[in-house]
Amino acid sequence: MATQKEAYDIAVIGGGNAALCAAMTAAEAGARVLILETAPKPYRGGNSRHTRNFRCMHGAPLGPLIEEYSEDEYLEDLLKVTGGKTDEHLARLAIRTSEECLPWMEEHGVRFQPSLSGTLSLARTNAFFMGGGKSLVNAYYRTAAGLGVDVLYEAAVTHLELNGDRIEWVDYTYAGRSHRITPKAVIVASGGFQADTDWLTRAWGEPAKNFLIRGTPYNRGVVLADLLDQGVESVGDPTQCHAVAIDGRAPKFDGGIVTRLDCVPFSIVVNKNAERFYDEGEDVWPKRYAIWGRLVAAQPSQVGYVIIDAKSLNLFMPSVFPPLKADTLEDLAGMMDLPADKLKATVAEFNEACGDTSGFHPTELDGVTTSGLTPPKTNWARPISEPPFYGYSLRTGVTFTYLGLKVDDTAQCSTPSGKIKNLWAAGETMAGSILGQGYLAGFGMTIGTVFGRIAGREAAAYAN
Amino acid sequence: MQTDLIQEARRQAEVCNACRYCEGYCSVFPSLHAERAFSDGDITQLANLCHNCRGCHYACQYTAPHEFDLNLPKALAEVRRDSWESFAWPQPLARRFHTHGGAIALALVIGFALLFWAIRAIGSSGGEGFYAVLSHNAMVAIFAPAFLLPLFSLAISLRRYWTEVGGKPIQMSDLTAAFKRAGKMQDLAAGHGEGCNFEDEDRFSHARRHVHHAIMYGFLLCFASTSVATIMHYGFDHHAPYGFWSLPKLFGVLGGVLLTLGCCAMVLLKQKSDRNLGDVSAWGGDIGFILLLGFVALSGLVLYAFGWSAIMPVLLAVHLGSVLALFFLTPYTKMAHGFYRLAALVRDAQRKREASVVRQQPTSPA
Repeated sequence: MATQKEAYDIAVIGGGNAALCAAMTAAEAGARVLILETAPKPYRGGNSRHTRNFRCMHGAPLGPLIEEYSEDEYLEDLLKVTGGKTDEHLARLAIRTSEECLPWMEEHGVRFQPSLSGTLSLARTNAFFMGGGKSLVNAYYRTAAGLGVDVLYEAAVTHLELNGDRIEWVDYTYAGRSHRITPKAVIVASGGFQADTDWLTRAWGEPAKNFLIRGTPYNRGVVLADLLDQGVESVGDPTQCHAVAIDGRAPKFDGGIVTRLDCVPFSIVVNKNAERFYDEGEDVWPKRYAIWGRLVAAQPSQVGYVIIDAKSLNLFMPSVFPPLKADTLEDLAGMMDLPADKLKATVAEFNEACGDTSGFHPTELDGVTTSGLTPPKTNWARPISEPPFYGYSLRTGVTFTYLGLKVDDTAQCSTPSGKIKNLWAAGETMAGSILGQGYLAGFGMTIGTVFGRIAGREAAAYAN
Repeated sequence: MQTDLIQEARRQAEVCNACRYCEGYCSVFPSLHAERAFSDGDITQLANLCHNCRGCHYACQYTAPHEFDLNLPKALAEVRRDSWESFAWPQPLARRFHTHGGAIALALVIGFALLFWAIRAIGSSGGEGFYAVLSHNAMVAIFAPAFLLPLFSLAISLRRYWTEVGGKPIQMSDLTAAFKRAGKMQDLAAGHGEGCNFEDEDRFSHARRHVHHAIMYGFLLCFASTSVATIMHYGFDHHAPYGFWSLPKLFGVLGGVLLTLGCCAMVLLKQKSDRNLGDVSAWGGDIGFILLLGFVALSGLVLYAFGWSAIMPVLLAVHLGSVLALFFLTPYTKMAHGFYRLAALVRDAQRKREASVVRQQPTSPA
């Protein structure tokens, strides 16, 4: 085993937003920092590559953000999605600190742009990165390099040696060889375990094998598992993951934003037996996006089929793959491998149950509902009658896992017997402390930025 | 036009349309996001709006090795070049120069030869300075058609382009908007105004924009120099040679210096850039064209500097020969891109105007 010649004060494990914020902050405090990124350079940045905005508290218009977004309103929004499964102290810390982060991000190379088309509802709360998360990651790598931070790509950390209350060394493989370094402090920012299908299957059950992973294939939870095995304290439900319903033709990994489908409210959704299973019009899609991941996961073969007709095609954001298209429902059923007679019967039954559609309004809860149908469709219920008919398949797409490292308000990790003196965690790998369930758009980047900076500051103070 | 190039650009545009992260970079994305489906004309328009600043590429999470394999700057560059070739008139000349630097060099040599021949065969009919080598009338006889015929050819090409992209009758405001954008070269500055990604991967820099400015304004100054001289000649009967503190000379010298330096710097910048983010097959033609343009400028400056000497007739033939080649090649080389860009920006200004009219109309109850 080779020993690193160069003496680093701090090893940062991971190469996404939280890791970079930690590395830059520590380097600015005078520490010598090494980033160990398991992905190759084109895939550096973990799930941050796929992000697009940063949810930010502000008392007055700030950068691209309009009006104001108070700490209490932000917290309220968070509690709504987590159902109270939130450490309020840490949540308020993240929220309160977010305001000073935005100018800090700009100083470190991030550029913002006005809210993207189709996302106007976020113009007040979320600051969009120009070019998206990968451009943020690129800017941070450039700034970090300027600060003297060293980066190793395809450097896979295999083990952190925990001895009592300190990490003694870090083992990793690089360029086909094993290496060991003994930094004074370690920051773990290497995400969750959702890309390890076996682990996901153990946690969730057999259906997880059919799940797609929306983000990086490199979040395999190796370091997380290593630390948990050594008794480092954890947080978050180990069996749960955040999942949404995405285009069934998406790649197994890394499909990212483009695989989302916004057509469900204007459709009926059936399973592989051509049976409906849930109210497609329960609420506006952004609010229902997440529950459909679970709904589809509960169906046979973990797949759903969306059926719309010609009059609804232009009511939602364009999809990355064109929909299947047929002049008759039989043909569409054939293309989707659905039982044609059953699909026709399901559609006929649904159409029968539709009533007055004159109040139809695509962007509001319009109360255009079915009557006497189980399950009902409680909004936007218009008959599927106008050819050509279009179809999409839906699968469960996993965004992230909740299990992580428990940290305090200095981002420090601990064991049951007390704090680990030289171990900090930031980003997705500790987000379970704050996001016990659900998700709030742009909050992952807030947690990563806030706790990345805290971890960098604390680790540098310890190392210096 | 080549359907495979259009089809590939369309495939990529559809991914972009489902993502939209790049909306803030340039004119391409707002225009792209305004459509649900892309006709061949839409793709041609997007291709000519793209200035190859590469911001979107370095920001893209779907570039290779990702299976979506996006390389929008390249896909659009290929469609763009194909559109110039397809709309060019006459067609036998259309596909000879964009991809062949050697053909540009050959045209230059023919230009030299023609001028040497003209000087020998026609010569002077009296007059000072350059006119002692080749008469004014002979120069006009050569350069008036060499200037007007390419313009005629370009007019045909742009008409074809305008039809393809569905252009509407042009309003003054469309022109103002387009000239403003082109004048600042805003699409090479990115939405944040920090420049493009060219010579050093994802680092934003104004190098390319400034170099392009030097070339564009250098060329326009040289053109202004000739135009002013023509007016002085015919309008005021004030004939060349002009002194240094005259408009033709001031414009010409400043323009020549800008153009020479700009072309040298552009070739150097291009050497540092990633060729695979542009139209690889047009590399030779692009470099050949920039060298030709730079040579026109440099030979003009040298001619001015050594106009008093015995080698002046040779320098004159070389300079005028290169000018002749440049004029003649205008519709068939990168020189045409300025006209297409402008047309695309005019069309984009129309699109924005139309969109704002639609927005102002009350929405009908669904």
